[in-house]
Amino acid sequence: MIEYILGHINYWIIIVLMMIGLYTMMSRPNLIKKMVGLSVFQTGVILLYISMAKVTGGTAPIVAEGFTTYSNPLPQVLMLTAIVVGVATTALGFALIVRIKEAYGTIEEDELEMMDNEE
Amino acid sequence: MISLTIDIVLLIFLLVMAFAILRVHHLLAVAMMFGLYSLLVAGLFMVLDAPDVAFTEAAVGTGIATVLMLATLAVTRVTHEKELKKTNKRALFIVVVTGGLLLYGTHDMSNLGDNMAPAHTEVAKRYIEKGQEETGVPNLVTAVLASYRGFDTLGEVTVVFTAGIGVLLLLRRKQKPRIKGIQGGR
Repeated sequence: MIEYILGHINYWIIIVLMMIGLYTMMSRPNLIKKMVGLSVFQTGVILLYISMAKVTGGTAPIVAEGFTTYSNPLPQVLMLTAIVVGVATTALGFALIVRIKEAYGTIEEDELEMMDNEE
Repeated sequence: MISLTIDIVLLIFLLVMAFAILRVHHLLAVAMMFGLYSLLVAGLFMVLDAPDVAFTEAAVGTGIATVLMLATLAVTRVTHEKELKKTNKRALFIVVVTGGLLLYGTHDMSNLGDNMAPAHTEVAKRYIEKGQEETGVPNLVTAVLASYRGFDTLGEVTVVFTAGIGVLLLLRRKQKPRIKGIQGGR
């Protein structure tokens, strides 16, 4: 039982982290806050994959003499890609926020919705 | 065991940061805390034996994302978000259900660091055994990124390029459309 908890507590904390990000994204009307929530959620997902790549007693996956056990390089490569793509999409989101502010004068979601309904 | 302790301590720091990001209404403070959050994540990647991912997170996540956020705050001149009186019950419900399902899903996962987990015994094993021999690169992450899965990286570059074009087109537009109702109010 103790072994099960120690082996899984890492995943559990990461899932709580992801859910805090998701809640930030869904409950806050401010668009910048939503983007931060999205980034927190995304880092949580990346952390989950990276912790799956961990091997006890292993070292970083760089081949060197004297080491035989390495961590799994595959999830690390995929998450490397995910980080870069994530920042690119975040940049696009911020550019959209700048445009929305120019057009509407606000970045609070409820106010935006009210303006759209007035027309 | 020591590595697991550091891992959990860092994760608890992360929980505190994420909760602070949720609660704080001053957006500049949120941007700073997000930078700190990313830096802690980079440290955690180091503990989990992923130095390449840690470098990328420290440079791209902490550096570029925080700078972008600060630039957006400077351009939009927004300093505070509106404070909400009541909690959003529907969002809370969705989050609790999703979180519960994910926690249930971890039941099938093997323990952290289990070297007999199926993820480590198939394709990753071959990369580790043959990687250096076949590509000539001692860093296996680079070998997989640039050689075995080179097309993935090409796809990534395409996504980044498209996002870059999108940002340029959005921000460099001369004619700025305004919404009718607020033209006088600005």
